[in-house]
Amino acid sequence: MAAVTEVPPPLAPTAPEKAPRKRGRWTPYWLLLPGILWLVVFFALPLVYQASTSVQTGSLEDGYKVTWHFATYWDALSEYWPQFVRSVLYAAAATVLCLLLGYPLAYLIAFRAGRWRNLIMILVIAPFFTSFLIRTLAWKTILADGGPVVGTLNALHVLDITNWLGWTSGDRVLATPLAVVCGLTYNFLPFMILPLYTSLERIDGRLHEAAGDLYAKPFTTFRKVTFPLSTPGVVSGTLLTFIPAAGDYVNADLLGSTDTRMVGNVIQTQFLRVLDYPTAAALSFILMAAILIMVTFYIRRSGTEDLV
Amino acid sequence: MAFVRWLKRHLVVIAGLLTLGYLLLPNVIVTVFSFNKPKGRFNYQWQRFSTDAWKDPCGVADMCGSLSISLQIAVWATIGATVLGTMIAFALVRYRFRARGAVSSLIFLPMAMPEVVMAASLLTLFLNMGAQLGFWTILIAHIMFCLSFVVTAVKARVMSMDPRLEQAAQDLYAGPVQTFLRVTLPIAAPGIAAGALLAFALSFDDFIITNFNAGSTVTFPMFVWGSAQRGTPVQINVIGTAMFALAVLFVLVSMAIGNRRNRQKA
Repeated sequence: MAAVTEVPPPLAPTAPEKAPRKRGRWTPYWLLLPGILWLVVFFALPLVYQASTSVQTGSLEDGYKVTWHFATYWDALSEYWPQFVRSVLYAAAATVLCLLLGYPLAYLIAFRAGRWRNLIMILVIAPFFTSFLIRTLAWKTILADGGPVVGTLNALHVLDITNWLGWTSGDRVLATPLAVVCGLTYNFLPFMILPLYTSLERIDGRLHEAAGDLYAKPFTTFRKVTFPLSTPGVVSGTLLTFIPAAGDYVNADLLGSTDTRMVGNVIQTQFLRVLDYPTAAALSFILMAAILIMVTFYIRRSGTEDLV
Repeated sequence: MAFVRWLKRHLVVIAGLLTLGYLLLPNVIVTVFSFNKPKGRFNYQWQRFSTDAWKDPCGVADMCGSLSISLQIAVWATIGATVLGTMIAFALVRYRFRARGAVSSLIFLPMAMPEVVMAASLLTLFLNMGAQLGFWTILIAHIMFCLSFVVTAVKARVMSMDPRLEQAAQDLYAGPVQTFLRVTLPIAAPGIAAGALLAFALSFDDFIITNFNAGSTVTFPMFVWGSAQRGTPVQINVIGTAMFALAVLFVLVSMAIGNRRNRQKA
């Protein structure tokens, strides 16, 4: 019976049909099974284990038991709240910087590059193929004490201002918050540029001409036409920058000092050196919850819920 | 005045190129310092020109071994994530089924989660199961976090595919297997290739998740991390420079081939 109803009436005007869904009711489940199983076992289940670890007490020697010891959360927060605040501040600063730096480049590639477009695109992506640790170490050379960059900043009295703001100290940039934010910005900049470029590239060039014909100045065109149309790119770009930056510990470790430790550094030390698993699990859980809440709120506010 | 006007017109271009400079400066430094002959253990200060490191890229103990481990893991993780991810992408685009929303969220969440959280929670799982940390735990972790990126890349391509092409193939008496191999797969190939390339790059360069789940196995990023503490050999820069050059060359050659094909078609 089913076979009969599925045959379309001949010569009937066929609406743009969706893909055929006739064969195999079970096919999608077979296709999904291995991959989803992998994610359930190695992504979702570990989160459950982590939640359970965070409420355990005990020691490495005697083993851990679930005792619903929620005080671990309180202790972890009261001891490490400066690192949490720092992570959010550094990640937010890096995200804003990435947007300010990345937007002109994405705009350039989308509208002004002409035949250079592909080459610039390659140059944006190619650094990915050199290990990011090697590239982050290069910032140690660039920002070295007494090097040309620090010398110039000093001569221009920029360092006086950043010292006053507490971003640097003395004649140094290395091992200060400024160096860490600079490294975070550098490392996550491509994650901002690529989504921005994708959404800018979709904008119909005739809209710019139309705005110009209606006597909009270039900046007005940007403010009223281009930027609003690029919001999906801005939203996904800021998320793709903020989330990894907030959990990062590589930049804070290589370019910072003990005063720039972020929550990622604490989780890493607790897990791999101190071996205080409950505290580490609690910290990691708080970080995850904080980021999920912030991201949900942000996506709601910016009205682009169909990102997923 | 003319200069100010010129500056105003090209402000975006200048700002964009400055950003590009910021992005590429570290690569320039890495390349230049691959020809350095440093005093002491760290390669952060320019001393004098030398090609010693280029002549003997594997002259540092354990570095090339770590490179080969990284390559093996990246290849297997790419294969695993691409196969599993492509299957999921096809299921998501082509079929309606229950729990679609839950599946989409499960795909999205690993990309919206800081790496350190995934790394730490996976380690608690392995510790609880008493698993031996090493090559296999790294591989499992890499397939896990590459999977979502492959799904996203392949999904985008399959979604833009015209389903009528497959219907046409079936109208011409192609069986399901033949349709898939001759029509569907070739059209989806660029998306699959993009996903695979992304997975390879992500796996090869991963440090945070690997650092948690590697045990005593040392991948290349972990070797670099360790050397940042003990002393950075110039050979690290040689590998970095060579990888950058190979990537650019690979893209340029594939673009040239693509151009030639397009011209032949025209």
